[in-house]
Amino acid sequence: MTRPSVPKPAGVAQPQVVTLRIDGRDVSARSDETILSVARQNRIDIPTLCYLDGLSGWGACRLCLVDIKGTPKLLPACVTLVREGMEVTTDSPRLQKYRRMVLELLFSERNHVCSVCVSNGKCELQAMAQRLGMTHVSLPYRYPRLEFDSSNDLFRMDHNRCILCTRCVRVCDEIEGAHTWDCRGRGIETRIISDLNEPWGESSTCTRCGKCVNVCPTGALSQKGTAVAEMTKRVTFLPYLTLMRNSDEP
Amino acid sequence: MTPEELQKVAIIEQESQEQYDHRIHVCMAAGCLSNRADLVKQQLEKQIAANGLERRCTVKGVGCMGLCAAGPLVSIQPKGIMYQEVKPTDAPDIIQTLDKAPIERLRCDTAMPFFKEQKKVVLENCGLIDPERVEEYIAVGGYQGLLKALTEMQPAEVIEEVTRSGLRGRGGAGFPTGLKWSTVAKAQHPDGRKFVICNADEGDPGAFMDRSVLESDPHRILEGMAIAAYAVGATQGYLYVRAEYPLAVKRLKQAIRQAERLALLGNNIFGTPFSFNVDIRLGAGAFVCGEETALIASIEGKRGQPRPRPPFPAESGLWGCPTLINNVETFANIPPILRNGGEWFAQIGTEKSKGTKVFALAGRVKNTGLIEVPMGIPLRRIIFDIGGGIPDGRKFKAVQTGGPSGGCLPERFLDMPVDYESLMQAGSIMGSGGMIVMDDTSCMVDVARYFMEFCMSESCGKCVPCRVGTAQMHDLLVKIIEKRATDSDVRLLNELCDMVQSTSLCGLGQTAPNPVLSTLRYFPEEYEALVQAGREREAAGSNGSAMHVAPQLKPNSTQPQAHVDSEVTP
Amino acid sequence: MSLVAVKPSPPSNDKRWKIVDATMRRHGHEPRALIETLHTVQETFGYLDDQALRYVALSLRTPLSKVYGVATFYHFFTLKPQGEHACVVCMGTACYIKGAPQLLEAIGQKYGIKPGQTTADNRLSLLTARCVGSCGLAPAVVFDGEVVGRLDKSDTLARIEKLICAKPAEVQHDT
Repeated sequence: MTRPSVPKPAGVAQPQVVTLRIDGRDVSARSDETILSVARQNRIDIPTLCYLDGLSGWGACRLCLVDIKGTPKLLPACVTLVREGMEVTTDSPRLQKYRRMVLELLFSERNHVCSVCVSNGKCELQAMAQRLGMTHVSLPYRYPRLEFDSSNDLFRMDHNRCILCTRCVRVCDEIEGAHTWDCRGRGIETRIISDLNEPWGESSTCTRCGKCVNVCPTGALSQKGTAVAEMTKRVTFLPYLTLMRNSDEP
Repeated sequence: MTPEELQKVAIIEQESQEQYDHRIHVCMAAGCLSNRADLVKQQLEKQIAANGLERRCTVKGVGCMGLCAAGPLVSIQPKGIMYQEVKPTDAPDIIQTLDKAPIERLRCDTAMPFFKEQKKVVLENCGLIDPERVEEYIAVGGYQGLLKALTEMQPAEVIEEVTRSGLRGRGGAGFPTGLKWSTVAKAQHPDGRKFVICNADEGDPGAFMDRSVLESDPHRILEGMAIAAYAVGATQGYLYVRAEYPLAVKRLKQAIRQAERLALLGNNIFGTPFSFNVDIRLGAGAFVCGEETALIASIEGKRGQPRPRPPFPAESGLWGCPTLINNVETFANIPPILRNGGEWFAQIGTEKSKGTKVFALAGRVKNTGLIEVPMGIPLRRIIFDIGGGIPDGRKFKAVQTGGPSGGCLPERFLDMPVDYESLMQAGSIMGSGGMIVMDDTSCMVDVARYFMEFCMSESCGKCVPCRVGTAQMHDLLVKIIEKRATDSDVRLLNELCDMVQSTSLCGLGQTAPNPVLSTLRYFPEEYEALVQAGREREAAGSNGSAMHVAPQLKPNSTQPQAHVDSEVTP
Repeated sequence: MSLVAVKPSPPSNDKRWKIVDATMRRHGHEPRALIETLHTVQETFGYLDDQALRYVALSLRTPLSKVYGVATFYHFFTLKPQGEHACVVCMGTACYIKGAPQLLEAIGQKYGIKPGQTTADNRLSLLTARCVGSCGLAPAVVFDGEVVGRLDKSDTLARIEKLICAKPAEVQHDT
């Protein structure tokens, strides 16, 4: 399916141990690990939104961009593999500015009105804004008029809160194997869809497992019966599930 | 096919050409075709038959002769006479005067700078051979480069030759071709597969070089791809062509069939162990598929969304295998490099930019069309000598290169040499070769908005900066054009440019701000004038001078602050 | 594990599905053949409807949402039937500089349609193209597949009239 995983570089037979520097600290890692995972193992936290442990890397939200010495472009830590001798900077005034702007862009793109959102107080986007010190949105809000799909008897989809991180698409494809979700259109017109752009409740492929709802970082996907600030997500299932699957493999 | 057989085909074809006293070439490329060159050809054929001249004259459809503005073009060989704006009704005259003096009223001066200043490498066969016949390509030395590579050279030697030529990727960024090839040659994959892809998804609005090459000389691309495949160790190639170019697709399909029939593609080419096949894949209208990883996703049957690099396609590309991607013009340069040697190629151009570059010259310039010039030629010579200057007595204002990823350069850069580094330094890029000339009727802020709208609707929507950033920048530009903007909007625009450039996932987003940045840099007065007009109108706002308000504006939009709210309830 | 693959049957008895089947067969019914197959469907039927998308998805064993995602990502594909005649205005840079927006406006005014729309009587669809590659002849318009360059407003409108008047009944003249 559309597994957007990091393609393994050709010819890499056995992972080797490499040493690198992250924020001035010497660390060692396996050559098949990403910068993000090595940083987190060493308690250096890089902000992420589209990344979720247990799903393939997507590299789209650009919050985890890091500066690598000798590389002209900023690279996403979630999908960039470590290399011997790499010198990584995960935090700088410039990176902070860009990260805040990413959040501002996300807040301006759709209608993120926290005070009336089911995920208020439990939202990763909101938490990230607080953590990165995004105090206001200097860009004009776009206020698109988007649909709300409550045709499913257990869950709802509110496109107004969607940030197109595609966690739902990936968990549905990679973990549940249903591939009910995907994106339609492109650019600013991109929307999450189920099947042939049909109401979720009429989907012939959805298993109603609820994984997408639990991995959604915002209030876009929620359980019915939850009111403002009542939607709590449980993503803890994912690492276990992934671990169990991988252990089956030779 | 053996080398001797290739020679034989060439000789037979040359002899059959030479038996005619007059060979009439009619341009059948898209430009002239849309001016009904097909009818002209038909009439010429009829006239020849009517006059019983079949044994002395032949008419053939050829590829682009370059001067699209004066189409349909007809040239008479070997005399070398060229006629322009030929109508079907001119056919009798042309046939009658074949042995006499040429018709002055139709004559196109081939000594004019448009033709004299050009240097043809990539386009050497365009307008001379019939693109629908492989024999004609062979007769002018076609497939000799492949023959030489396969029978006289090791793959490493081929790469060395390309490296020596100094050829850089003609898709826009100018990555050294030899280096790319050697990376792919070195890369290994467990199942041993490698691919060669020709990027013919020419999406840059205002560019038609690749189209002309594909339509005029398709075998050249196949030969270039085959040489590349031999050099890097690939056996399968893909030609990713825009579906919007039906004629190019048709001719490529035909060319592939012909080459397969003559065993110039397929198994054991020229009796060597080398095998290579080419398949066509149709693009479907997505500019972003010009980006390598998006193009690969598209060939794999997916949404054309790029993925972060590294790993680069050279290591892990199509189906995870090492993949070489070059664009049409790059491949078109390969056969002559192999035939004449890398050193010959390296003599053309500047120190860092070797060879020639094909440009699609268009916009407010007299001679629009397809041109090929040596690298390092000053812009002025392209626009004023080859292009013939600005029509209608207007004044030159800017030249845009590189399309949505490039920039607009003002008059003071006219004497700058055209090479990768100079253009980059000036805030534009070489790009794939679109060159649009603008005169003083063009508003540069509107040009910036035009390109931003392009990027916005071509953004794949994957990464946040490009998806939302281009939309925000577009809205800000509209606000400026509608005279509703303040200084802080311009500041915001600048900040967004920097952010989108630095944080976008692929080349589309990273270069999307270029048209804005270059116009902000070279034409700040145009932005300033619009912002100033907004200030004045705001000051005069209380007068209620509705006359000045553009019809698309909402009543309260004269006050920028209020505008934000006005969007809440559309 | 292999289930006995049940070959889905075409949505209708229309013989044209055989052309679509042939494309899929040529690519071994692999999911990678999706875009090639959609090209064939559009070439054969003129557009992609739900029924066709569903059949392609089943035949290529590709998720429905993915098929829909691909069909809407590429602007060459259309999910709506087009009018009897199509007028495609090139909006490439050269055409834009040389007045393509004015042509578009003139057509829009006369026929009351915006780019992407079809007239109520289904006679004319107005479309825009990113670039048709005829920049040397800007501004260019494609009338039912025929590229015509160096147009002005009156030429364009006259050509459209000729195009749609090939059929008898006349639309209300002028606005």
